[in-house]
Amino acid sequence: MKALRNLLDHVGHHFEKGGKLARFFPLFEAVDTFFYTPPDITRTGAHVRDALDLKRMMILVVIAALPCVFMAMYNTGLQANLAIDPAKAAELVGWRHDVLRLFGVGYSSASIGANVVHGALYFLPLYVVTMVVGLSWEAAFSIIRGHGGINEGFFVTGILFPLILPPTTPLWQAALGISFGVVLAKEVFGGTGMNFVNVALAARAFLFFAYPAEISGDQVWTAVPPGFAVDGFSGATVLAQIRQATGPFADLNLSWWQAFAGLEKGSMGETSALACLIGAAILIGTGVGSWRLMAGVTLGTIAMASLFNFIGSATNPYFAVPFWWHMVAGGWAFGTVFMVTDPVTAPFTETGKWIYGALIGAFVVLIRVVNPAYPECMMLVILFMNVMAPVIDYGMIKANITRRMKRRAEN
Amino acid sequence: MELYLNLFIKSVFLENMALAFFLGMCSFLACSKRVETALGLGVAVVFVQVLTVPINQLILHHLLAEGALSWISPSLARVDLGFLAFILFIGTIAAAVQIVEMVVERFAPALYTTLGVFLPLIAVNCVILGGSLFMQERDYRFGESVVYGFGSGLGFMIAIVALAAIREKLVYSDVPHGLRGLGITFITTGLMSVAFMMFSGIQL
Repeated sequence: MKALRNLLDHVGHHFEKGGKLARFFPLFEAVDTFFYTPPDITRTGAHVRDALDLKRMMILVVIAALPCVFMAMYNTGLQANLAIDPAKAAELVGWRHDVLRLFGVGYSSASIGANVVHGALYFLPLYVVTMVVGLSWEAAFSIIRGHGGINEGFFVTGILFPLILPPTTPLWQAALGISFGVVLAKEVFGGTGMNFVNVALAARAFLFFAYPAEISGDQVWTAVPPGFAVDGFSGATVLAQIRQATGPFADLNLSWWQAFAGLEKGSMGETSALACLIGAAILIGTGVGSWRLMAGVTLGTIAMASLFNFIGSATNPYFAVPFWWHMVAGGWAFGTVFMVTDPVTAPFTETGKWIYGALIGAFVVLIRVVNPAYPECMMLVILFMNVMAPVIDYGMIKANITRRMKRRAEN
Repeated sequence: MELYLNLFIKSVFLENMALAFFLGMCSFLACSKRVETALGLGVAVVFVQVLTVPINQLILHHLLAEGALSWISPSLARVDLGFLAFILFIGTIAAAVQIVEMVVERFAPALYTTLGVFLPLIAVNCVILGGSLFMQERDYRFGESVVYGFGSGLGFMIAIVALAAIREKLVYSDVPHGLRGLGITFITTGLMSVAFMMFSGIQL
């Protein structure tokens, strides 16, 4: 570590004002402050000392997402290994299968190791592409605009974005999506903290509407090439299965506990409510994520789902789905823990957070029930409420002003 | 009842005048710097829309459409005055806007000043004429036209208030110089309409 510090100090002066590489200062600063405490420290006077700055806060979110990353790799591999017909496994082509054969990993769905390796071969390329493309945009903006560093804000977007993609997403689409998200949803507004919609969700929604064939439907959620699947294979997600089912849950080929653990089809990181719950514990425990937001979504979902259960319907199976199934199906858990709690795009007022969360919970259930076009609607609902969040804040602040004026007038 | 509810949801969210059809962009972009102004304009649009769409529906079906004049005399049964629709629609709209203008000037002079030229300009706001023309094209009956007028006006109001709140927040953002003002507002509008696309496909 000493050598690294010396190296950074040695080259540092080239990046300072007047040095020959001065325009690339943001790159140097990003590397320097990633490894070490930033050098600009207040030395005199009384001020609050806290180790939690923006960088550390963002890294905590990344740590909280790690269980989801593990489950993403494991489950992607598991679903692929379950779906691949063992008789045809030897004929699979592509670099991923070459790697699997090279290390003799095999396609056994019973082996945790084989599943994780197989899944990692789908998750890691998407992650690397996202990071490289996204960071290039960040660096380009911060060098050309000449202020602000590249900061850990992107590490969060960079890990959340691949987690909400289906495993079969082509790499160029991931690159295009993250470019849209970083440039048009974030950098044109001034970078981290200045945006009004969640960057990862904007990127995902862009892909969703631009390339519906590659990102929705029944075939994209499992990493198995057509023709290699076992007989009777169905790639439908839980939410799609409920739509097609005649009886409420008789046709689902998995139990609630399996759905809770995440052994189902879906976008890579979103399936496991268990991993999201661990993430939620980390976020709430460290105070990084707002528990009010998560509680609001939960209450909204319970209220709306119970209402639909109560109304009932003869034709639409979704009316009968209880709230505990809503919470493990689709992107509910992942969205609630990692997307709704985005501090930049959620309301700032505490009452506003309750309202915002509850509306998200209610809207998710509503759209799942009444809109057959988008069963996987969590991302769109959060995006919609991102748009409405400033209005909620405005209303809360106005209400507070009115209340205090009234109190003042009484005294 | 279900028909009306469906139409209402559709006109507010799915076919949002501002964010799905991009109608009324001039006042949408110009009057959305502050939430209060946007709210005032939104209420004015709702009011004018609720007034004009049903009135135009009555005019269309009792005066202009083919055979509509037969209540005067059977000899007029084949007269089709449909070509007058545009001019009569605009006439109704201008009258309604005049009423709104007088009301706002009398009861909310501050709003009257901030809205400035955009208040009388509601008369040529595409949302208003668009509402009446959609009513004609889709053959709404009277009840439907009331619901549609209210829904489409409300949709516009929600959109412009949301945009205004976002723009008030964006004051603290660091937008590149070339994009300040209208440029970033166009991008914001685009992102908002992506978010509104979640409603497309709803069936009640």
